[in-house]
Formats: sequence, structure tokens, C-alpha cells
Amino acid sequence: MKIVYTEVLVIGGGLAGLRVAIAAKRRGHEAIILSLVPPKRSHSKAAQGGMQASLGNVIKGQGDNEDVHFEDTVRGSDWGADQDVVRMFVNTAPKAVRELAAWGVPWSRVQQGDRVVVINGQNVTITERAEAHGLVAQRDFGGTKKWRTCYVADGTGHAMLQAVGDRAIAESIPVLERTEALALIHDGGRCHGAVVRDLITGALTAYVAKATAITTGGAGRLYRVTTNAVICEGIGHAIALETGVAVLGNMEAVQFHPTGIFPAGILVTEGCRGDGGLLKDGDGHRFMPDYEPEKKELASRDVVSRRMEEHIAKGKGVKSKYGDHLWLDITLLGEQHIKRNLREVFEICHYFLGVDPTKDMIAVRPAQHYTMGGVRTNHTGESPTLEGLFAAGEAACWDMHGFNRLGGNSVAETVVAGMIVGEYIADFCDKSENDASIPTGLVRDFLQREQAKLDGILLGSGSEDPSAIRVRMQEIMTAKVGIFRRGTDLEAAVDELQKLIVRSQSMGVRSRAPGVNQELVTAYRTKRMLKLALSVAYGALMRTESRGAHFRQDHPRRNDADWLKRTLVTWKSESDTLPTLAYESLDVKRMELPPGWRGYGAKDYTDHPETAARQAEVDATKEKYSDRFERQHALMPYDHLLPKPVRGRNERIDERFPERGSSPGEGTPESTFAWESE
Amino acid sequence: MTQTTIPIKKAPSEPPQPVTTGQTIRLHVLRCNPADPASDAHLQTFELEQTDGMTLFIALSEIREKHDPSLQFDFVCRAGICGSCAMVINGRPGLACRTLTKNVGPDVTLAPLPVFELIGDLSVNTGKWMRAMSERLEAWLHMKQPKVDLTRIEERMEPELAQKIYEQDRCIECGCCVAACGTAQMRKDFVGAVGLNRIGRFRLDPRDARADSDYYELVGDDDGIFGCMSLLACHDVCPKELPLESQIAFLRRRMVSMGFK
Repeated sequence: MKIVYTEVLVIGGGLAGLRVAIAAKRRGHEAIILSLVPPKRSHSKAAQGGMQASLGNVIKGQGDNEDVHFEDTVRGSDWGADQDVVRMFVNTAPKAVRELAAWGVPWSRVQQGDRVVVINGQNVTITERAEAHGLVAQRDFGGTKKWRTCYVADGTGHAMLQAVGDRAIAESIPVLERTEALALIHDGGRCHGAVVRDLITGALTAYVAKATAITTGGAGRLYRVTTNAVICEGIGHAIALETGVAVLGNMEAVQFHPTGIFPAGILVTEGCRGDGGLLKDGDGHRFMPDYEPEKKELASRDVVSRRMEEHIAKGKGVKSKYGDHLWLDITLLGEQHIKRNLREVFEICHYFLGVDPTKDMIAVRPAQHYTMGGVRTNHTGESPTLEGLFAAGEAACWDMHGFNRLGGNSVAETVVAGMIVGEYIADFCDKSENDASIPTGLVRDFLQREQAKLDGILLGSGSEDPSAIRVRMQEIMTAKVGIFRRGTDLEAAVDELQKLIVRSQSMGVRSRAPGVNQELVTAYRTKRMLKLALSVAYGALMRTESRGAHFRQDHPRRNDADWLKRTLVTWKSESDTLPTLAYESLDVKRMELPPGWRGYGAKDYTDHPETAARQAEVDATKEKYSDRFERQHALMPYDHLLPKPVRGRNERIDERFPERGSSPGEGTPESTFAWESE
Repeated sequence: MTQTTIPIKKAPSEPPQPVTTGQTIRLHVLRCNPADPASDAHLQTFELEQTDGMTLFIALSEIREKHDPSLQFDFVCRAGICGSCAMVINGRPGLACRTLTKNVGPDVTLAPLPVFELIGDLSVNTGKWMRAMSERLEAWLHMKQPKVDLTRIEERMEPELAQKIYEQDRCIECGCCVAACGTAQMRKDFVGAVGLNRIGRFRLDPRDARADSDYYELVGDDDGIFGCMSLLACHDVCPKELPLESQIAFLRRRMVSMGFK
């Protein structure tokens, strides 16, 4: 029995996991990262367009601050988000951008003076301020009032992953590449680490840790058509669910990105539309203003994706042998802009579609893109039901995105959550009562159980083909649990997915190699993915309203009176074929921004009975304060929820701090620092 | 489906004929499984039907799903951005995920990248190599100020300079440059164009505290800049079209002048 002890076990080597590990290491706690792939190959890399943070450096971002970012994010979430967490996030995001700048991210910078940009299909000259010259630049993105998306050309995630990955190397944090966590070790109340499989040798090892963090990203591969990398199979979600104790939140909230290239589903960034690109139909008509006169192509992703599908359903799409699609037209941005700021888009179009986007339009159709649901945690990132288990990033539901995430908020969340949750994990490890004390018998039980499961597949006599089951699951999800959902379809989906779970009990493999064996991997992952697929489909069936990305054609209104609540999913027993659902109400009386119209999309919704009273209270409070910080504090104090090292206000050109070195007085912020490694 | 073992032969020197949809294509894959001492390296041929827009990612996935579950290869993003799937395609290192079969067929020979540790078939351990290189070259930004206040406005940088740094930061560590490198075949500790490019990137960055004398300590020898024979296959095969030729030449000049000091 091989056991490795560490203080912090981080499962997942993308941006969130790396940043969590760095935070823990800097506080003196040994951390080990497990990763399916070399960390710099993680899916964080695919975030092309940018990272939202209200720096307000560009002229179109002037006046931006945490308050505006907060409101955009909550509206984007269709009021599903935890507003405390959103506040924590928006206040930390500028610090995260500045930390990354200190660590070497070559953020695109503001050039003072005139420049021509494309807004609403027109060339417009804007003038950048001299005092902003050389500061981090922002571009426009969907669902935002201000230009807030900080970017590195269109390789933002790549550049961030370089810098944070480099930092992890500088901190000597070991990353065990090509390893996979198969199960969390726990005693029903406390998580003690994980059983881990070496994907090259097939050997199992128990990693016993004080704190275990799930940072495994999304579950896009539940769907047939997705922008997600092939490793985004939701296994972190699944091993949490399989404890029967940890809870998943809002799994039915699945985002579809408007511009997956057709038919491969590879993403082209929202930056295309942010920078002025247009969506056009089979007649070459720009159709979005017909549906969304306010935000047009730059409404939130759920709204744009639905409008696109609606337009295709009207017969306005472009016919092709793979089905219908629409066009994304960025030719109006000009060759120089495309080859400089949208170069990955240029390469993707060139290599995969054989088109030149400076001259030709790009075939697009919405594709699965983001998993808003995740391991339910409190604001510290810890599971409220399984002590010592933490989660951060796309794998978590702490819950920043509610039912729809804004573009640029996910890559921002990875590092922000890494900073915040990493500090809380360090706090957790600081306490001697949290030292690992675990009977080796428990570890042995978990190891043996996982080995037995693997042997059952490898050496058993099952005849079901894992690939076939998996493909069928993906087809069901794309066809019946997609952008438009109906009760009858969802019932059929749940029914068939349950049958697949039963069939998955007798999967067999042709290749009996104990080490590298993709068929074996497909088999054991598919079993877990089916549980997630059912969590999504069953949650969607039960939620008889429409909210954010969850749209029910048979219940098209948002219904705050009955559904202003979070779905909680547990998987009680290995013999179950359905998850157990429970619900957690959101407290309107505490909301800084009570539910209302999002500013785009449907205008009719059913109010929560407490909304009017809370709105009146909020309005009255706002009247009382002219200072935005005092006003915010009176409405919904949140500062105490942040770990001390990341608290403090954010300086901007239009909100200068007193000169450095001046005596600290009222309004002087606490400071957060980026440190060079020891 | 025919799966015959044929002797290893040289990659075709003629440019391939474009393949049409529905045509049969043949993938000749170099099979080798170090985990199984009984297995010998051999080429195995897989036939499949060309479909529209088929990439080597789609073709290899189909082979593994339908014909041979033991075939080993690595894909992650399948969009040309993560660098996982570099392999030798008709004798030339490249990214398999964004290689359309119609452009390289109907006969495609696939082999794993040389230099790197072979895991099996087309899968090599580039991650391990890259981490070791990064540790040796201290390939992270060495902060000039040991402590930066994150609540304050960030330090300024000229937009053109930020753009130039990003140009060098675009490396995806796929390993193509190392696989194509003459020196890397002879010197196992040669840092390759990927390593030299990293040093060039930090040299350019005013946020990095290091001076040329520090970089000389890291790459001023035959495992570094002076090992390069200027064959520059790295420049030719780089999937991200990084300006490796000029970067290496420039770095060499700087390091030579350091050597004379």
C-alpha cells in the first residue's frame, strides 16, 4: 500500500489549481498538484479574449469600478449568483490583474491618442487619455456596461498560464503530470485526500492530505458539441458527488457559447464581437439588433445563443451538409487588427476551416462552453458538508456565476478564487486540530475499492462498449438538454440516461493493459460522467422556470417566487440511478441588487414576494450616502469575508490614492502585495 | 481494415496529392510500447475513409475507438493552442490536431517526436522535459521589486514593448523545435530553441531583474546558445511561427560579448 502524505493536495493543474497551490506554499504549507496533463496544457489556456477587472484605464472604461462590475455580474447570472461572493470577486479582480502583471503577463497596453475602433458596425475614433498611456488596456465584451476585459492580444489564458505556471516552478511546487484522482478518501464528515492513478503505469497511490482542493475545470465533454478540451470531463465534480456527502450546486446551469466554429465546435473568442464583429444570417442580414436592440451582438451569451438558435429555427440559417449555421463577420475590423489582436482566431480559421477571416465570414453555431454548476462551497471555498474539501474555479460553485457567466469572468475567477481560497486553505492548515489523523485501514479500504473497480472492468466479462455508451450520453445531452429545453425531452433524457447507467455496470474492454489504456479510462470516466449527466438533466427537468442559460420552452418565464434558489445535488448510494435533489433559497432581504430586468433578454418575470420591499430599502439607503464605499457597506457589508491579505480598495486613474509614503489617514487602504519567491 | 506490419521506410519526399472526401487514406503509425518488453518497434497501417474537414485528431481518435484501443497518442485542446499533440508527420514535426488529412494524405507516416522520453506509440513526455528545462534556466520572471503593492496602479509599459514580449511568450512548448534540432540529437542537455526563446523573452522584459551576466551563467555554454549550429530547422517547424532565427542570433551576439568581458 503506497501512501504519500502532504499538507495540501490540489487536484487539477490549471490556473485555479496552480494559484491555490502557490498561495498555500507561500504560507509555508507543502502542496502537491495532480494533473492529467502538463499544467501549461490545461484548458485554462483556451481562454482567448480576456479577463474582467474594473481597472477603467481605457476611455470606454472610464467610470468603471467594482460597483459596475458587481451589477453586470449579478444581472448576467440572472440573480442566481451569491452576491457576497460576487463582491469578493470584483474587489479582488483588479489585484489579480496587477499580480499577474508583476509576474510577467504581457498585458496589452493603452496607447494614448486617437484610434479607430468599430462600434455597432461603424468606424468610430476614440481618444485615449495621456495619463492612461502604458497601463493595462481593456476591450468590450458581452453583458458589460463598460469596456472591462483586460487582454493579451487573443492569447490571454495562454499568457496567464505561462506566468502562473512559471511561478509554480519558481516556488518548487511539484506537479504530478499524467495522474488522475479516482476517489476522495473520507470518513463521511472529513476529507483526507484521494486515491490516485498513475496514467502511465496504472499504479494506485493514496495521497493523504490535511486539505484537498478540487480545481479540475468544467464538464463540457458531457455534450457532443463543445468548445471544451478533451480532458474537460467533469471528473473532479464526479468524485466529489461520489462521496455521497459533498454536494454539487446548479448542475443544470450550462452555458452555450455563441461562436463555436461549425461543425468542429472550436471556440472563436467573444473578443471578435467585443471588437466590433457582427453576426449575420443566410441572407447576409445582421439580425441581432432585431432581437436585442439594446445590446445587439453583445448581450450575454445565453441570450445571444438563444437568439441565434431562434433565428436558425425560423429558417434563416445557412444550409450545409452538416446542418444549419450562421456567420460571424469580422472582415470589417481590418487585416491589421485581426492579425494582431485576433491572431488565434486567424489561425483557427486558416487551419480548421480553410478560410481567411480578413476576407471571409466564419461559420459559427452555439456550442457547449461552460459549467456554471460545481462543487458547492461556502465563500471560503470549503464544502459545507465535507470538512477539508475545497474547490475553486470552474469546478466550484461558491457561487459567482449563478445561471449564466459573463465572458471574461471565468479566467478572472480562476486566479481570484485561487488567491482567496488558497489563503483560506492555508488558514485551515495552520490550525493544529486540522492535522491529518487517519486510520490506515480507511486508506486501505479506499485503495482496495478502487482497485477492485478497475479490475472489474479490466478482467471482467462485461460486453458493453464504453465508447458507444459515452457517445450516446453525449448525443442525448446535446439533443435534449441543450439550449432550448422541454419537459417531455428532459423526461426522455433522464429515462435513457438511467438505462445507460445500468448498462455501464457491464462495460468491458478489449485492451487489458494495466498502464496506458484509453479504453479503460473511457470506461471508468464514463460511469462517473453519467452521474453528472443525470444531475444536469434531472435538475433541468425539475426546474420549471427559465433562468439564465437554463431555458424551458414550456416554462419560459423566470419565476423568482418559486425558483430563486440553488439546486443541490447529492448521490446517496452507488446503486442509485438518480441523484437526490434539494434546494437552497437565496435571501432577497440581504441582496445589494434585488432581482429585476437584466437590461437585455426577456422582460417578463415573476417577482419574489420580498423583492419590492427590499428594493425600497435599497433605494432609501442609496439616498443616504454619497460616498460609494459607505453606500455599499450599508447595503451589504462583505469586507470581513475576504482573507486579510487580499483586502483593500483598488486605485484607478480616476480614484487616486494619496501619494506613497504619506502618513496613513482615513481612507488609506490596506495593501496587498505580490512577493518574489524566497 | 487491414493492419499489416511493413518495414520502416523513409518518409515520402514528393509533396502529397490532395485527398478527396470518400477516398481511402492510410495512416502508417510507428508503434512501440516500452511498457511491454516483448513488443518490437514496427509500422502499422490503418485504413480509413476521408471525411470532410478530417484532422489527424479525428482520424486517430476514430482508429482508437473503432479499431485499436491500445494506440497511444496525446490530444488536449484539439485547437492548436496547447501543444500536446506534436508528432512527426511525414517526416516533419507538427501539431497533429490542426493537420487536415486531405493536405498530407493519402499516405501519412506518423512517428513520435524524437529526443523526448517515449511513453508509447505517438505519446512522448514533453511535460517532463519542459519542466526540467524551466528549472534549469530559471525560466520565470525574477521580479525587480521583491514586493509590489497590488492595490496601486500597475507599472506602465510601452504598448509596443508589451506586444513584442507577447510575440515571444506565444511559445506553446510543443517540442517541435527540439525534435527538429540537430544539436538536441547529439547533446542530451541542450536547452533547444524553446529554452533560448524563453531566455530571450525575459531579457526583453524590463520587469525582470536579471542582467546579461546572469543569462550568461544560464546559457553561455554548449548546452545553451553556443551549442546551436544555426541549422534553424526550429524556425522552419515552429507551429506558432516564432522568430527563432533572429532571436537566437541576437541572443548569441549578446552572449558572445558577455564572454569577452
